[in-house]
Amino acid sequence: MQLKKTQQGPRNIRRQLAVATCSLLAGASHAGGLIASGDNWKIDSALLLYAEKDRVSLAEGILSISKEIDDDEFINARIVTDVLTGSSPNGAVPSNTAQTFTNPSGNSTYTEAANTTPLNHTFKDLRNALSVEWDTPLSRSLRGTIGGNISREYDYLSTGISASLAQDINQRNTTLTLGFSLNKDTWDPVGGVPVGFTVMPTSSTNKKAIDGANTDKTVKEILFGVTQIINRQTLMQANYSWGQSDGYLTDPYKILSVLENDGSGNLRGTNPYIYENRPDQRTYQSLYWKGVHQFPNENVLNLSYRYFWDDWGIQSHTVDLRYRFDFDGGHYLQPHLRYYQQGAADFYRQTLTDGEEASLAYASADYRLGEFVTQTIGLKYGFEFKNGAEINFRAEMITQEGKDRSADAVGVLQNQQLFPDNEAYLLQGGLSLDSDMVIKYIMRLFK
Amino acid sequence: MIKAFLLSTCISLVLSACSLEPVQPWDRDILAQQKMQLVADPLEIYLDEHTYFSKEASSGGQSVGGGGCGCN
Repeated sequence: MQLKKTQQGPRNIRRQLAVATCSLLAGASHAGGLIASGDNWKIDSALLLYAEKDRVSLAEGILSISKEIDDDEFINARIVTDVLTGSSPNGAVPSNTAQTFTNPSGNSTYTEAANTTPLNHTFKDLRNALSVEWDTPLSRSLRGTIGGNISREYDYLSTGISASLAQDINQRNTTLTLGFSLNKDTWDPVGGVPVGFTVMPTSSTNKKAIDGANTDKTVKEILFGVTQIINRQTLMQANYSWGQSDGYLTDPYKILSVLENDGSGNLRGTNPYIYENRPDQRTYQSLYWKGVHQFPNENVLNLSYRYFWDDWGIQSHTVDLRYRFDFDGGHYLQPHLRYYQQGAADFYRQTLTDGEEASLAYASADYRLGEFVTQTIGLKYGFEFKNGAEINFRAEMITQEGKDRSADAVGVLQNQQLFPDNEAYLLQGGLSLDSDMVIKYIMRLFK
Repeated sequence: MIKAFLLSTCISLVLSACSLEPVQPWDRDILAQQKMQLVADPLEIYLDEHTYFSKEASSGGQSVGGGGCGCN
């Protein structure tokens, strides 16, 4: 494969070696390696179609452009648009009778059939995001990267900055990385910010208690990483990350079912649903390792592991494996396996009993805070053109299976599945090329 | 316990790096290939991180920044 790339000319050889010796190792920024080719802009694009069985569907498009604006100095801009529609679990448990809820606006109601996971069907959003990044050498062995991002949804605004330093040592075989990011997000939930543990009305004539129209949170993260060239075919990276979120960390659209106190598992007679309530601070840490190795047959193994933990009591293990098989003529296939196992937050509850909310500080039935396993299996096909362009496609299946809390599954609920298991399918197409290829193509069209 | 084990593993990996035979710049043709980058396809990784961020309680680890989202 390398022989094909060297056919692109000596300038590219020098650039690729420069990438291998330094900028490749500056992996703290989110955009990853910024590799522009020659004097042209490098254009990467992708379209993702994601669909959950009976739930959310999403289409997401990305356009990323990069350029080397000076020797070893790069800029990158990325535009993302996604459209989301469908249903999402609202936190209530299934019941042997139909259940009625109010929409987030409070102006109407919806009814879920008996023995089904209650879903909020008003899930619809359009998100536009822009991020820019500037990556520059600060000395022969030190690189700096700064970036900014803004993301806008109907009810959510996120703005952030990030910066990182990458110091090469050990004849540029080792890179030490220090990264920092700060995000300021604003929630503007439909119907206002519900007061935690207050009642969700079951008719549109009653209104929920709100604490203002909007709220916000701040997220800061620090990363320290070491990247090491092991030998001509192997590269490894180890990171330690620390992050803290402060502010409104509750999901304003999630509720909890409140049961009678008699162990029957029946919903309490009046006001059976209350809004969830989470702590206003979360500190989390992770250890991350990644190895990339090329075998003599030019196939490449990309393996990573992450251990994550936080002060909400959540711990998780993630293993991600991609193995690329190269074939003659620029074709490749890349299977992908991912395994994720998560333990529940201390305040995760699938149900509460009547009056219990008065004695609790926090509780949430959001399945994402529960105990579950996510498994992913996928396959990617790519084709590299002789001029350096690439086109690729991938298809993946994601399954999520969780555990019911036995303490919450009392009485008639023992016959229900409290954790909303999920199955999703993902299709993605990608195209990468240089700006001069686009110009040549357009000129050919008008000839 | 697991944290201590993983931390000590990372530290020993870093220390053992000092004893590795350095790879010279003219021997980095393989490492320079796009498929050998730590993030070989940044857009694919971005999409994956966005997907799992909205479905799981854990995120990050490989990088910082990238922006927030009301999906979680």
